[in-house]
Amino acid sequence: MTRWLPKVYLGLVYLLLYVPIGVLVVFSFNDSRSGYTWGGLSLRWYGSLFNNNAMVEAMWNSLWLALSAATVSTIIGALTALALHRYRFRGKKVLNGMLFVVMMSPEIVLAISLLALFLLVGIQLGYVSLLLAHVTFCLPFVVITVMARLSGFDESLPEAARDLGASDFTMTRTVLIPVIMPALLAGWLLGFTLSLDDVVVSTFVSGPSYEILPLRIYSMVRVGLKPEVNALGTLLLVFSLVMLMLSQWILTRSKR
Amino acid sequence: MPSITRQPFRTAVLVLVWGWLLFLVLAPNLLVVGASVMTRDPGTFISLPLNLDAYRQLFDALYLEVFLHSLYMAAMTTLVCLLIGYPFAWALSKLGKQRQLLLIFFLIVPFWTNSLVRTYALKMLLATNGLINSALMGLGWIDEPVQMLYTEGAVIIGLVYLLLPFMILPLYSVFDDLRQELLLASHDLGAGRFATFIHVIVPLTLPGVLAGVMLVLLPAMGLFFVPDILGGSRNLLVGNVIKNQFLDARNWPFGAAASIVLTITMAILMLAHRVSKQRIGEEGTG
Amino acid sequence: MKKTLLSLSNLTKQFDGKTVLDSLNLDIYDGEFITLLGPSGCGKTTLLRLMAGFEHPDAGAITLSGDDLTGTPPEHRPLNTVFQHYALFPHMSVFDNVAYGLKMEKRPKEEIRERVGEALAMVQLQDYMRRKPHQLSGGQQQRVAIARAVVKRPRLLLLDEPLSALDYKLRRTMQVELKRLQRELGITFVFVTHDQEEALSMSDRVVVLKDGVVQQLGTPREVYERPANLFTARFVGETNFFPGEVESIHDGSITVDVFGLKRTLRRPDFPVQQGQPLHVLLRPEDIRVLDPADEQGVAGKIVERNYKGSTLDSVIHLEDGTEVLASEFFDEDDPAFDYRLGEPVKVSWVDGWEWLLPEEADEPVHEDALTDA
Repeated sequence: MTRWLPKVYLGLVYLLLYVPIGVLVVFSFNDSRSGYTWGGLSLRWYGSLFNNNAMVEAMWNSLWLALSAATVSTIIGALTALALHRYRFRGKKVLNGMLFVVMMSPEIVLAISLLALFLLVGIQLGYVSLLLAHVTFCLPFVVITVMARLSGFDESLPEAARDLGASDFTMTRTVLIPVIMPALLAGWLLGFTLSLDDVVVSTFVSGPSYEILPLRIYSMVRVGLKPEVNALGTLLLVFSLVMLMLSQWILTRSKR
Repeated sequence: MPSITRQPFRTAVLVLVWGWLLFLVLAPNLLVVGASVMTRDPGTFISLPLNLDAYRQLFDALYLEVFLHSLYMAAMTTLVCLLIGYPFAWALSKLGKQRQLLLIFFLIVPFWTNSLVRTYALKMLLATNGLINSALMGLGWIDEPVQMLYTEGAVIIGLVYLLLPFMILPLYSVFDDLRQELLLASHDLGAGRFATFIHVIVPLTLPGVLAGVMLVLLPAMGLFFVPDILGGSRNLLVGNVIKNQFLDARNWPFGAAASIVLTITMAILMLAHRVSKQRIGEEGTG
Repeated sequence: MKKTLLSLSNLTKQFDGKTVLDSLNLDIYDGEFITLLGPSGCGKTTLLRLMAGFEHPDAGAITLSGDDLTGTPPEHRPLNTVFQHYALFPHMSVFDNVAYGLKMEKRPKEEIRERVGEALAMVQLQDYMRRKPHQLSGGQQQRVAIARAVVKRPRLLLLDEPLSALDYKLRRTMQVELKRLQRELGITFVFVTHDQEEALSMSDRVVVLKDGVVQQLGTPREVYERPANLFTARFVGETNFFPGEVESIHDGSITVDVFGLKRTLRRPDFPVQQGQPLHVLLRPEDIRVLDPADEQGVAGKIVERNYKGSTLDSVIHLEDGTEVLASEFFDEDDPAFDYRLGEPVKVSWVDGWEWLLPEEADEPVHEDALTDA
C-alpha cells in the first residue's frame, strides 16, 4: 500500500526527467528528415554535423574556452580558498560576500554587468571577454569545492610534515597539494561543464569573431527542429556523463 | 601560523584575488546601479543627467504587464517544482543510503547536460505534430493536435524541467537531516500524522523550501532562452526584457533598472532564508 | 647522576596579549618519561609546540644538550611529535607515512625499507604496510603515528594527548605499550595530558601546570601524596580538606584542632605559628569510618554509598555540613561491612597519612577544568 507508493512516485518523476533525453538520443539516429516520424536507423546527422565547418569550429572554440576558463578559475579559486583558509586579513568577509553574490545572483544580472564593463572599458567582445566572464562565474564554485576540502583538513598535517624534516616548500608539494588534489580536479570539472553549458552570459559577452557552441545551438533551435541538434545533444550528453562519472569517481575515491 | 617567509606569496595571492573581484564583480555591479539612474544615449549607451526615468518606465502599463506575467510564470514554476519536489525529496530520504546517492547522481546528470539541448528535446515532444500529439492521436484520445507549444504552459513546463533539481537538492538535504527520533517523539507525545507534519516536519524543512524557492524563482525570471524556444512572443520573462533592452533596443538604463529589481528580489529571498534558518537554531549563513 | 637533555629557561609566550606561559623553567633529563599535566588552557600544549618549533617564544631559550634550539625551524630539530589526532598523511600508505621522515633525510632506499620494517614491527603493524590510514582502526593509526615519529630515532619524543581519542580500554593498553616502547628505545618522552590518572601511572616525573606556571614538579608519588599547593591537591585525585588550627608547636610535631579533635601531627616544612589556620588534606582512602560509639573521630552520617567492586565509596555529611569522601577496601571477614543511608558514623584517619598545607589566597579550580575534556 503506502510502502510502494513513494517508490512509484520516484520512478514517475525520473521517467519524466529522462523521457525527453531518451527521445533526443533515439531520434539522433533517425534517418528521416522530420523530427517526428521514424525513418529507420542512420548516422547521417552525425555526419552532417562534422561536415559543417562552422559547427566544428564552434566546437573547438567552446572546448578551448572551457579548458582555459576551467584552468584559470581553478588556479585563482584554489589560491583564494587557501588565502581564506590560512590567512587572516582585512575585508575577508567582504571577499566572501562578493563570491556569494556572484554565485547567487541571476546569471542575467552578471551578464549585463559584465557587458557594460567590457563596452565601457573597451575590451573587444570575443575570446578574452568570454574567458573573463566564464572565469568569474566559475570562481565561487571552485572556491567552495576547495574550501570544503580544506575545512576537513587536519591542521596538524603540515606541522607533522615539518616535524619529520620537510621544508615549507617540500611540505606544500608532498602533503598540501596531494591532499587538496581531488577538490582541484572536481572544481576544474565543474568549471569546465559550467563553461561548456553557459548560454545566458555568453549571449551577452561574445562577439562575431568567436562563435561558441551553445550560441550556435541557440540560433539553430530558436526556429523549427534541426535533426543535427539531436546528434549534437547526444554527443554532449555522453561527454557530460563521462565527465560527471569521472568527477564522482575522483571524489568517492578520495573520501576518507 | 603564516610564517614570515611566505609574505610575498600571501601578498601576491591577495592582490590577484582582490583585483579580480573588484574589477569583474564590484565595478560591473556598481556600473549597473549607475546606469539605471542615467539617461539613455544612442552613442555612448548612457549619459548624464541623473534621473529615475528608467524606474518610472518599469511601471508603464505595457512593461508592468510583462513583469507581472513573468512573475506569474515564475511563481507557477516554483509552485510546481515545490509540489513535485517536496514529496520527491521526502521519499528519497527514506531510501537506503547507497540508493539515495545513486538516485541523486541520476538527478544531477541532466544538470550537467546542456540546457538548450534539453529545452529543444521538450520542443520535439510538445510541437503540434510532435510526439505527444502523435501518441494521443494514435491512441484515439484526441482527434486533432492540441496546441501545446508557444503557450504559457509550455514555458512553465520548460522552466520546471530545467529547474527541478535545484528545488529537490536543498529539500533533500533538510529531509536528510531530519532525525527520525523527532517524528517518533512527536507521535509519542500524542500528535497524529497530520499534526506532526504541520508542527514538526514543515517548520524543520522550511529553510530547504526557501532555499529551493530562491534557486528556482530567480532563474525562472531570467532564463530568456526558454520562452524564445518554447513560448513564442507573448510569454516573455523579465530576462527577455532585459536582454532586448540591452542588446536590441540599446536602452541601458531601463535594462539596468529591471536587473536591479531582480537583484532586490534575490536579496529579500535570501533574507527570508536566513531568518528561517536562524529560527530553527542553525547558524544563518545566508 | 641525571643528565639534562632539554633545558627550557624563562620561556614566555603570549597570544593576543594573553600570557600563556610565564617565564617558565624546566630541565628534562635524558631517558625519562616526563608528563605535562594540567587543565585545558594551562599552557601544556603551547609548551610542547614551543619545543617542537611550531611556535616561537616571546622570550627565553630552549637548549638541547647545550645547543641553542630557540631559532631552529621544526624540520631541523632532532625531536619528533606524536599528534593528538595522529596527523597521518591520508594520501600515503602506512609504509610511506613511516618512511616520510627518512626520505626527507635522503636515506638510501634499502635503509629506509629496513628501518620502516623495524619500526612497524615494534608496534606490531608489519602486516599493514600497504594499507591507507583510513583503513586502520583508531588504535592502529595511533601506532603508525608513533612508529612514524620514532623511526627517525629522535633524542626526544613529544606526545600531545596521544591517547585522548581512544576509548577507555584501548587507552589502558596503549599506556602499557607506550611505557614498554619508552623502556626499549631509551628515548626521552615528553607526554601531555589532562588525565591525572594517566599522568600518575606512566611518568617518572610529573609537571603540574596552571596558567602557564609550574605548580609542582616531582614524581607521581610526591605529587599525589605531598601536593605543593591547593591547586595540585585538587587537580590530582580526590581530596578532603579539613580546616585546622595550630594549637601548640613541639619539636617535630604540632597539635592541631580539627573539628574539635586534638590531633598531634608531623610538623610541616612551612613555618607555623600558634593559632594559625591550615588545611588538613586527606585522600578518600586515608579516611576511616568508625562506629558512632567510638571516642575518636568526628560525628556525621552516611548520605551516599557507591559499590565500586574492590572498594566501597561513601559520602559522609559531618554535623557542620562538610562533605567527606571515604573509600574503604572490603574486609571479607567482616559481614557487617556496609552502611545504611542515614546511618550515624564517626570519621577519622590514620595518624601520619594526612598532609598539611597553609591557607592561601585561593581561587577554586574551575569546574570544567576537572572534567575530562
